[in-house]
Amino acid sequence: MRKAISQSVLYQALVVPLIQLFVFVAISLVVIGSVVLILAALFNRPVAGGMTLLQFVIRTLPQVAIDGLVIGFLYAMIALGYTMVYGVLQFINFAHSEIFMVGAFIGVELMLALAIPSTAPLMLIMAGILLAVAGGMIGSGLLAVVVERVAYRPLRGAPRLVPLISAIGVSFFLQDAVRAIEGLLNNAFYRNYPSFPVLNQQIPLASFTVAGQPVQMQIQAKVIFIIIASLVMLSGLNFVVNATRLGRAIRAVAQDRPTAALMGVDVDRIIMLTFLIGGALGGATGVLFGVRVGRIDPYVGFIPGIKAFTAAVLGGIGNITGAMLGGIVLGVLEGFAGAYLSQFTGGAFGAEYKDIFAFAILILILMFRPTGLLGEMVGQRA
Amino acid sequence: MANLLELRKVTKRFGGLVAVNQVDFTLEPGRIVSIIGPNGAGKTTLFNLITGIYKPDEGEILFEGRSLVGLRPDQVTARGISRTFQNIRLFGNMTVMENILVGMHTRFRASPVDILFQTPRFRGEERELREEALRLIRFVGLRASPDELAKNLPYGEQRKVEIARALAARPKLILLDEPTAGMNPQETAETTRLIRRLRDELGITVILIEHQMRVVMGISERVTVLDYGEKIAEGSPEEVRRNPRVIEAYLGRGVAIGAIA
Repeated sequence: MRKAISQSVLYQALVVPLIQLFVFVAISLVVIGSVVLILAALFNRPVAGGMTLLQFVIRTLPQVAIDGLVIGFLYAMIALGYTMVYGVLQFINFAHSEIFMVGAFIGVELMLALAIPSTAPLMLIMAGILLAVAGGMIGSGLLAVVVERVAYRPLRGAPRLVPLISAIGVSFFLQDAVRAIEGLLNNAFYRNYPSFPVLNQQIPLASFTVAGQPVQMQIQAKVIFIIIASLVMLSGLNFVVNATRLGRAIRAVAQDRPTAALMGVDVDRIIMLTFLIGGALGGATGVLFGVRVGRIDPYVGFIPGIKAFTAAVLGGIGNITGAMLGGIVLGVLEGFAGAYLSQFTGGAFGAEYKDIFAFAILILILMFRPTGLLGEMVGQRA
Repeated sequence: MANLLELRKVTKRFGGLVAVNQVDFTLEPGRIVSIIGPNGAGKTTLFNLITGIYKPDEGEILFEGRSLVGLRPDQVTARGISRTFQNIRLFGNMTVMENILVGMHTRFRASPVDILFQTPRFRGEERELREEALRLIRFVGLRASPDELAKNLPYGEQRKVEIARALAARPKLILLDEPTAGMNPQETAETTRLIRRLRDELGITVILIEHQMRVVMGISERVTVLDYGEKIAEGSPEEVRRNPRVIEAYLGRGVAIGAIA
């Protein structure tokens, strides 16, 4: 009996969400991949390189899928910050994209301060990045708490639009604060993550032949790192929300704040911890994002922030599982659009139109499911 | 005997409306007392003042001799006061068990680290609290499974879960806001017995807001009557029942004595 209880808690909190995550990944890849394949088969015609469109798609599909997934995981982690805060406060924290950006800057400063030689052994580099991620989590988490305390809590009783404006203000403030600090210290407001050849190398995953031509499926070493880090954090979050006293309190506050208070839950503290967790996830994502793209500036949070917010709405705002699904779907959608738009339209629309495409799909989904893919399930809120 | 709860000249205004006006109220431990009054008389406001949802504009609220004024609801709960609601306010998308565990929130000691590594401390505490929750489920006579979502339970069962959740904090005083509202006579009788057992078996002092006179007259040792935020009568059920001001408040002028019995 004793063992059964604790095992089932662990099972519910760690194994189930991981399975769920894999199901989401599989479903989004299969659905979106099939659509692309069917379209390619329908409009099949010769394209550059002596291949047909269908052959081109089949050759590139696995690679595109992996790239899309990585973006998807990053969106999912940022989306969690929006959705958790929405869950407890019914408020969109538009400054979250800047929390993410600050995380990226803390990460880059730590990496530069560590000055790990670019030829250092892989373990040392990994340790350095992990340290930067930890730094980004702590810094961004604390910053989110301060922002809540200074800019949102005094407005708790105000009409809903007021804290929204306050959030936009915080957003501008943080952008310019980082710009000013970096400008004063470095005479430039952008920074470059140190690059490591070991992390950039392509690791072959599989190879097969399509239409007599060999196809190599590869994955960048740092992408593996990003995927593993995301999985660890996503399951960690699920564990906290579903298996701990803190998580139970967060869910209680999300469902009914006054009642939770009357049950002995310190609501202000729970809201603070929600910002801490969401901010920490955002900061970690900022560092991973920086490692992936290399160069960052104070405005780097805006686009990923908007997309992650979109992902949260797509999955069902307030719904943690939904945020993960929304992030993965949006990332994959965008990846596919970026890779194939140009080929499918005969060059009329290039990869730069991928956002329009992804958002058009999104609007379509929301027209038919306004509450998002998984719906605004209050039970999942937090 | 020392008072468990004492309200001194408590006043609460909402704009121009005086919801609770200069109310004095004392309660000895081990009692079951009722607060009655017409709709809008200030009964629920009084509960909200005691539990820290509202702060009184004037007056003092003492629990075990210490002031409650200015404490947050969770701090009041930690002092030993629990409540239920007029409209059931369970966490609908949580299971019965989880609802009760939230009620025990202030009593958990294990940290997330303990939980992650399944330390003996966590296992012991989790087992202890879950077993206690099961005892509470049995105590209130809940027939549903602890793993059922609260929103899927029938109304009467939800009331029981609310009471079990309120008991989870091990209160010294429990405030029940219309616990029999919407119940059929059989459920009402069952709830009445349960309220009496709270005091007799668990030693918890009870304040009841109630509309069904049968319940009020059946179990309360003392009845306080509010009207337009003021205390207009107080005494044994018999005294209150015969009080002309009470009859007037309930039924308007000129109605025969004894009508509210």
